[in-house]
Amino acid sequence: MHIWILGSDTGNHNKMSRHTGNFREEVDRKTPQPLIGFFLRLIREKPLGIAGGSVLAIMLFAGIFANLLTPYGMNELHLIDRFAGPSSKYLIGADQLGRDILTRMIHGARISVIVGLGGTSVAVVVAALIGVPSGYFGGKYDMVLQRLVDALVAFPTLLILLTLMSTVGRGMIQIILVMGILHGIATSRITRSAVIGIKENDYFQAAKAIGITDLRLIIRYVMPNIMAPLIVMFTVAIGSMILWEASLSFLGFGLPPDVPSWGGMLNHEGRLYMEMKPALALWPGLFLTITVYSINMFGDAVRDLLDPRLRGIGR
Amino acid sequence: MLIIPTLFLISIVVFVIIRVMPGGIVDTLVQEAAMRGGSLDRQALERSLGLDAPVYIQYGRWIRDLLLHGSLGDSLNAGLPVTEIILSRMWVTAELGFLAIAASLLLGLPIGAYSAFRQDTVGDYIARSFAIIFLAVPTFWLATMIILYSSIWWGWLPPLEVIPFTDDPLGNLKQFILPSLLTGMFMSGVCMRMTRTMMLEVLRQDYIRTAYAKGLSGGPVLIRHAMKNAFIPVITIIGMELPMLVGGSVVVEQLFTLPGMGRLLLEALVDKDYTLVSGINLVIAVVIVFANLLVDISYAYLDPRVRYR
Repeated sequence: MHIWILGSDTGNHNKMSRHTGNFREEVDRKTPQPLIGFFLRLIREKPLGIAGGSVLAIMLFAGIFANLLTPYGMNELHLIDRFAGPSSKYLIGADQLGRDILTRMIHGARISVIVGLGGTSVAVVVAALIGVPSGYFGGKYDMVLQRLVDALVAFPTLLILLTLMSTVGRGMIQIILVMGILHGIATSRITRSAVIGIKENDYFQAAKAIGITDLRLIIRYVMPNIMAPLIVMFTVAIGSMILWEASLSFLGFGLPPDVPSWGGMLNHEGRLYMEMKPALALWPGLFLTITVYSINMFGDAVRDLLDPRLRGIGR
Repeated sequence: MLIIPTLFLISIVVFVIIRVMPGGIVDTLVQEAAMRGGSLDRQALERSLGLDAPVYIQYGRWIRDLLLHGSLGDSLNAGLPVTEIILSRMWVTAELGFLAIAASLLLGLPIGAYSAFRQDTVGDYIARSFAIIFLAVPTFWLATMIILYSSIWWGWLPPLEVIPFTDDPLGNLKQFILPSLLTGMFMSGVCMRMTRTMMLEVLRQDYIRTAYAKGLSGGPVLIRHAMKNAFIPVITIIGMELPMLVGGSVVVEQLFTLPGMGRLLLEALVDKDYTLVSGINLVIAVVIVFANLLVDISYAYLDPRVRYR
């Protein structure tokens, strides 16, 4: 029931307020009732999910306004303050080049947000591009494609990511595309099964019977109705994307060393100087853990409310 | 029987994935030679490494050698046969993986069962919190923290040399216990949660009530009637999490300087050693596919009804 109503709301308005939970704005714009209902249910039934969503909102905020929130540049050197302890000047200390750790943490949040949202966006598009035709047309195309997906899923994700990243080289665009496409292929089976489910419905059969073309059927009848699983996929995947990027950067195959990614910081300054200054290794991981945990809580809550059948996906 | 096409596709994926980009090892070798002041004939080099042919022909040669001679080619960098290199490093990862699964089962099953049996007690809450923490904390960070603080507090550092099991079984196990606990951490979290959920479901079944009604005490009911039935989905999920475990072992091997397949892969990737990378990936994928087959077979033992389906 809920899936249907939310699914029909395909306009890209208030995508943002969905995360920030800005109710007044929702009411003012006279958005469809279900969205408000959805948020009320989220608050009533899933307090932990709301807590996770709030952390995600803070991350988004910090990511967008990283330049305004931080007193220093992310690569601004203060060699005189190397390894400075926590003080009013550097709230959680400075690293081996005298860069403010907190500043770099906040810029790390920006990196994580870009990687998380970018990667999942690519993944959702790829999952739709592969899964929808696969489920809609079926036949040989579907058969071959699904075997390929089987082969990919049997494979450790980190190993493929490492292999691909070593061939395309380090960088933000590369990492977003590689993670997004790979995750999109793997999750295309969810879109596929959703599409197959829709094909059984009377409204679809009726539309087909009056001779609507395939393209129009897909755009008007299939796509709006697979929005719920796609949204769920989106929220559940953000955490994994952030974690994968951190793992790749940690192993030296992700983002270049000058980019303050949490995983990269843990690898470079963290591991090199950790015995001199444990904080360098402590903070990036702590931020990462809290972020991933919160996003997972939020994603789980959204999934439980939108589509309980999808339990267990994305792990 | 679906295993054969899956393996075939995996071999294609494994082979093509590393060769999608041009350049690679040849560029590196030519550059290295130029730095040393010499020069290398690019085309001759490509020919000698078998990289001059189109990818599908290279794949044909590779799969032919594999099927006819059981060979995965020679390492582009070291010149040694890939199978030999892999075999010399495989036992480390195998031991790590085996101990990690054992650890996660030893932790996950009893704690998960306890958690279900004493639902909504303090013990249950503590166990569940730990399970969630195990799922959220990145292995590479926790491992770094453990290494860091044990070196600060006790001056302990992971040994640089690995002790073979055959030389000193106890020393070997001592060395592997921490890395395998870390590798298995995620899986034990999954296992705990799954066991708890399944036990809660099973404990409400009629046959459990019957078992109690005929006078059995808690222990035998839990172990003989409930555990065995709750175990099936747990086994499934362990099979599904195997790829995750392999990914974790790459990180752990790197941090604890264990010379396993994970570190070998990282080294091969840095060297752009195509044949070695393909070889490692293929071996790992095949092991995972067969492990999942084993999981399927184990159902028949755990649930005799499966055989008749």
